[in-house]
Amino acid sequence: MTSSLLALSDLHVTFSTRRGLVEAVRGVTLSLGEGEMLGLVGESGSGKSVTGFAITRLLDAAGRITAGQIRFRGQDITRISAGDFRHLHGAAMAMIFQNPRAALNPIRAVGDQIADAITAHKRMPRDQARAQALELLRAVQIRDPEKRMAAYPHELSGGMCQRVMIAMAISCNPALLIADEPTTGLDVTTQKIVMDLLAGIAAERGMATILITHDLGLAARYCRRVVVMEQGRLVEEAEPKTLFRAPQHPYTKRLVAASPTASSRIADLVPEEERGRRIAMRVAPRPQPAPGTPPLLEVQKLAKRFDQGAAAVADFSMMISAGESVGLVGESGSGKSTTSRIICRLIDPSEGEIAFEGQSIGHIPARDFHRSPFRKNIQIVFQDPNDSLNPRYTAFDCIAHPLLRLGGMRPGDALRQRVEECAQRVGLGIELLTRFPHQLSGGQKARVGIARAIACRPRLLVLDEPTAALDVSVQAVVLQLLDRLRREDDLAFLFVSHDLNVVRMMCDRTIVLQNGHIVEQGESRAMFDNPQTAYTRELVDAVPHIEPRLVASVG
Amino acid sequence: MTAATLRHAGWILRGNPLTAVAAAGVFLLTLIAIFGPWIVPYDPIVSNVSQALMPPSAAHIAGTDQLGRDVFSRLIVAARLDLAIAISAVGISFAIGAVIGAICGYTGGRLDRGVGRFVDVVMAFPLFVLAMAMVAALGNRVENIVIATAIINLPFYIRFARAEVNVRRNVGWVEAARACGDSHLSVVLRFLLPNVLPAMAVQISLNLGWAILNAAGLSFIGLGVKPPTPEWGIMVAEGARFISTGKWWLVAFPGLALMLTVLCFNLLGDGVRDILDPRMRT
Repeated sequence: MTSSLLALSDLHVTFSTRRGLVEAVRGVTLSLGEGEMLGLVGESGSGKSVTGFAITRLLDAAGRITAGQIRFRGQDITRISAGDFRHLHGAAMAMIFQNPRAALNPIRAVGDQIADAITAHKRMPRDQARAQALELLRAVQIRDPEKRMAAYPHELSGGMCQRVMIAMAISCNPALLIADEPTTGLDVTTQKIVMDLLAGIAAERGMATILITHDLGLAARYCRRVVVMEQGRLVEEAEPKTLFRAPQHPYTKRLVAASPTASSRIADLVPEEERGRRIAMRVAPRPQPAPGTPPLLEVQKLAKRFDQGAAAVADFSMMISAGESVGLVGESGSGKSTTSRIICRLIDPSEGEIAFEGQSIGHIPARDFHRSPFRKNIQIVFQDPNDSLNPRYTAFDCIAHPLLRLGGMRPGDALRQRVEECAQRVGLGIELLTRFPHQLSGGQKARVGIARAIACRPRLLVLDEPTAALDVSVQAVVLQLLDRLRREDDLAFLFVSHDLNVVRMMCDRTIVLQNGHIVEQGESRAMFDNPQTAYTRELVDAVPHIEPRLVASVG
Repeated sequence: MTAATLRHAGWILRGNPLTAVAAAGVFLLTLIAIFGPWIVPYDPIVSNVSQALMPPSAAHIAGTDQLGRDVFSRLIVAARLDLAIAISAVGISFAIGAVIGAICGYTGGRLDRGVGRFVDVVMAFPLFVLAMAMVAALGNRVENIVIATAIINLPFYIRFARAEVNVRRNVGWVEAARACGDSHLSVVLRFLLPNVLPAMAVQISLNLGWAILNAAGLSFIGLGVKPPTPEWGIMVAEGARFISTGKWWLVAFPGLALMLTVLCFNLLGDGVRDILDPRMRT
């Protein structure tokens, strides 16, 4: 490191909350050279974003830097006045955020917003600022920049909005850019485009960048140096290669193990020393169904059109046998959620036939399906555990709900026993059953959602991105849990996900959807190792890998 | 549930003394409404002309009116009627409005648009004039005051419930309830309504104060409760005739009673929401 642009020494940040003072950052020391790209990796609550906010002085009112220094070009910026700091903002350091749409003003054209950012720091005529804004849109490779100048944020895709944010952030040529989860929530292919762009611009302009992310693979791909944070502390700092080959700290080991790679298997998600006795994970050969037995689920020529729009799903046919796990992958807007909800009979298809164990269920309207005897055979686990539990139900009520409605049980000891048994199966402590959702962690909520779905012993479980909202280490545990439950109950899975590495691990077969059409399907491993269509190959290539050979080859 | 709720309510009230004062006020008002007729020092109806228009004194702490009736006793006895009118009117409009609004917000489509236009039409009228017209047409009785007040309140509840349900109709737990075997109707009534209740509690509390004013207003212009029944609105109306001669207590005390009651209900609103919302608990 030749010259240090930014140096944090023993930084402490404290928040005052209802339960007293909480230390979010406890003594972080790190430094960043001019033009360097640093990955700041950690799970939720690790203090990584708070560190970013502390540097840019965007901490909300409850947060305070209680100790330590932040030196920017040798000057301790924790002590300078708000007025002086304003000059640093934008001109010397800029920040981009996770949700670009929320960070842009929805009622102002993006060109004007960029021009505003420019004139906030430099006095210049409006025309000139707009001309510069146009140049910036060109720099972030937006097609038709002249036209896009007048576009409003809602007219642009998520990836486009993030490019506009990047344009705004680099408008005053800052020396330091802090990117807080810049691509979380974007599709993998868009993520790759945006990150390539960001890395390119940073290299071109010699801009130092801190990439704050929960995704080890992403940090490894773009950064030469990665620091790992846990509970407000910096636990490890290394080059990506060393970090993945030989992680030192137990937390890093866990994190590296939990991040699924192209070659990992379910059992690999926990570090070796914590694995304990190797559970017999060998798949018992599934008994071949007697000839003539209909498949568990058969879908033929399914189509769905909303109002007059183009078909969200068209000509979708598939089959799932009992106990089989089928993946459904695609980017946002590919129709995978719509398809899963039709199969779950929560919405009606426009055309097509659905048969469950040979009996047609497609003709039963979704609004009457709750009375169908098939209702309890097809259950669903939702994407976001935070909004899939009724805020006014305790965990017990949530799990008891399907038992009361579909299982024909009455409140009483039998119900209590059954709910506790379900909780035990998903590894949820009995003592947590009296809690309301907001008193549970993300992983615990996910377990409640799974317990609810399996309570009536369904035959087919539709999993709609069940781990997308979870930290990797929690995801690892939940995936293992799901896999175990599947084996125990001979459950069939329809696993909807955008995460190819997860699907590869969890599913025997995978179907790739694009714009509502099936583009490719086949045995998961074979298909991902050797994709037949251009689209699947693009998806596979876009996944950030943490294989050593790919690490930090971009610079 | 109950013990935890009480503990939580205690916590909220401690951190929010104004809410605690309002709650105490409403509690006191309820006691007065229930036990009023038994605790008053004088009969509120029987006139005693020899004592007419006496200013506040030790014997009559709020003075006496033109017929020599004790103003304080009449205020106390009137609380029951005013509160009963307000509570039943708000109860009716809440029960009907919340269900209609929730169903509209959940289903959307033609029904939603139809009800929406109807609500717009009702709200385009000056509401107090509408209430006057209804009472005048239906007849000058307590039930009709309740009905009129309920109808002019209805649009607010429909709109409120509609908006609150509409933002929640696509959340995960609604779909989860469907997957667990609930019909659409049961999702609305058993899942969505309880979840919008905390937000509506504020509306109810504000509305109670407003409904009391409305009932008193109707009585004030002679379209409500008839004399000699003690009622705050009539008392203000009758007292107004004597204000020019300096008999201020005839108007001031019923006015004060109205003001304090409405204030208590308004202040209670926010506290009620915090108590009912489980997410506020730690």
